[in-house]
Amino acid sequence: MKISRQEVENIAHLARLEIDDQHKEALCEQLSSILDYMDKLAHVDVTGVKPASGAAFMQNVLREDKVFPSPGPKVTLANAPEKDEDYYLVPRVIT
Amino acid sequence: MDLHTLTLAQASRLLGEKKISSLELTRSFLDRIDTHDDAINSFLSVDKADALALAKAADQQIAAGKHTVFTGIPVAMKDLLCTRGMRTTCGSKMLDNFIPRYDATVVEKFKQAHGVIIGKTNMDEFAMGSSTENSAYFPTKNPWNTDYVPGGSSGGSAAAVAARFCCAALGSDTGGSIRQPASHCGVVGLKPTYGRVSRFGLVSYASSLDQIGPITRTVEDAAMVLNLIAGHDPKDSTSAPKDVPDFTDGLAAFDRDGLSGMTVGIPKEYLGMEGIDPDVLAVFENARRLVEDLGAATVEVSLPHTQYVVAAYYIIAPCEASSNLARFDGVKYGFRAEQPRDLMDMYKHTRSEGFGQEVQRRIIIGTYALSAGYYDAYYGKASQVRAMIMADFSKAFETCDILLAPVAPTPAFRIGEKTDDPLTMYLTDIFTLSANMAGVPGISVPGGFSAKGLPIGIQMMAGRFDELSLVRAGYGMEKSLGLDQLFPTL
Repeated sequence: MKISRQEVENIAHLARLEIDDQHKEALCEQLSSILDYMDKLAHVDVTGVKPASGAAFMQNVLREDKVFPSPGPKVTLANAPEKDEDYYLVPRVIT
Repeated sequence: MDLHTLTLAQASRLLGEKKISSLELTRSFLDRIDTHDDAINSFLSVDKADALALAKAADQQIAAGKHTVFTGIPVAMKDLLCTRGMRTTCGSKMLDNFIPRYDATVVEKFKQAHGVIIGKTNMDEFAMGSSTENSAYFPTKNPWNTDYVPGGSSGGSAAAVAARFCCAALGSDTGGSIRQPASHCGVVGLKPTYGRVSRFGLVSYASSLDQIGPITRTVEDAAMVLNLIAGHDPKDSTSAPKDVPDFTDGLAAFDRDGLSGMTVGIPKEYLGMEGIDPDVLAVFENARRLVEDLGAATVEVSLPHTQYVVAAYYIIAPCEASSNLARFDGVKYGFRAEQPRDLMDMYKHTRSEGFGQEVQRRIIIGTYALSAGYYDAYYGKASQVRAMIMADFSKAFETCDILLAPVAPTPAFRIGEKTDDPLTMYLTDIFTLSANMAGVPGISVPGGFSAKGLPIGIQMMAGRFDELSLVRAGYGMEKSLGLDQLFPTL
């Protein structure tokens, strides 16, 4: 399946990525060849097969609802690129 | 005595007997890193002062008689395991300045045992890759021949163990990232059963597939590390509330009974495959004869969905990655692009400047496969195929205890050889992906060498939570082949 430039742009937007023009072409090619390869799954008969989301030890995990101390804003915000006192700072959201 | 030649078990014994100190041992590794790591590039960061302080503290514990087998043992951590106060980059520019405020559970276990964390090892960015060439910092070289890749994504950990820069290292394995670099570097790599080891504090790539495990010089060392890191952790709801055996019992089992009573399955689909290097096949055939000589019975088994494993994996893993990596938004931690026009612009530039090409490629594939109209054809279908792969393994383990397989179709390839074509790189993971898809444990032990002198590993997989069988068979193979103390000259 050939992935168009337009499709790459749409997916990139959904994934919040900005792909430059030079990489867009290469990505179209690579994605097309990868997805062509994936098409072999179309030949598997999966009638009645329940999908598996993982190999976790299947058992409901319950615990007592106990209060633990929180690390607090100083620790939580320690790695923030920009902050203002106890808040993350981001570019203006409402314009 | 050259302290760097000691295995973890040997070093632990000598430390306990006070014949060596952790300070001497740690210094000898740090000196070795100083002299040789410029040529290998296995470490992203080494904190000498911290390591020496930990070594001194460990020596005090030993002097006070309060030590365990890991007290004073220098280990390296793949740089996606959070280390409190120590930079954790995940091989990415996105986390270049990230200093975790907590320890991963596995790191905490080493610290509680007074182990010495000597440094953080290089890796493919966000563990996405099979060669460590996708690191945002530099590629790691194979210590056996620096023109070749060490494998990946835990290539830094495998290279550091092969170069004897540490007693042992931790890696993580989402589709072979412990076993394949261990094979390429001639060391032991063990991927435990999904749920055996807590993933708390591991930077997530594909959460249904990721598992942390040891990379060591010997099978005994791997069993010792697994003893330390295994077990249920309330901080990881997917960690299994199962009893943890003493994995070194697998060694005693071999010493007592060899491999008699054990049945080894040979997956017929693996050997008829095109593109397997003759040297890899020769090492495999030798291993098959060896397990028979050691008393095991071999049977042919079938894993009928083998030809679909790569396609299903390279849908599922990118889908999970596209969701997991949404957290890197330039707000809470990590890199943020400068001077954004608005919030959307900030998100997009942060992610495109912060993530490398392969990571962006996998995010795009995952986003595509999960998007409206494509979900059923890709993620849905791949999850059904995954169920069939799991069923293949369950059925195989009805007739055998372990499966014997190659680790990778070829020995290590040259640096730069496969970087232009992502699909070709994906296809090299054919033998390792299944264990992650099925959640079963797998081990790679050194099996021989290629004509060019590059190491080739042997893979064994067992039923879920049966790492003991892997230790027993792996130890048997190691003892018989005598490759465990062969190391590259740096």
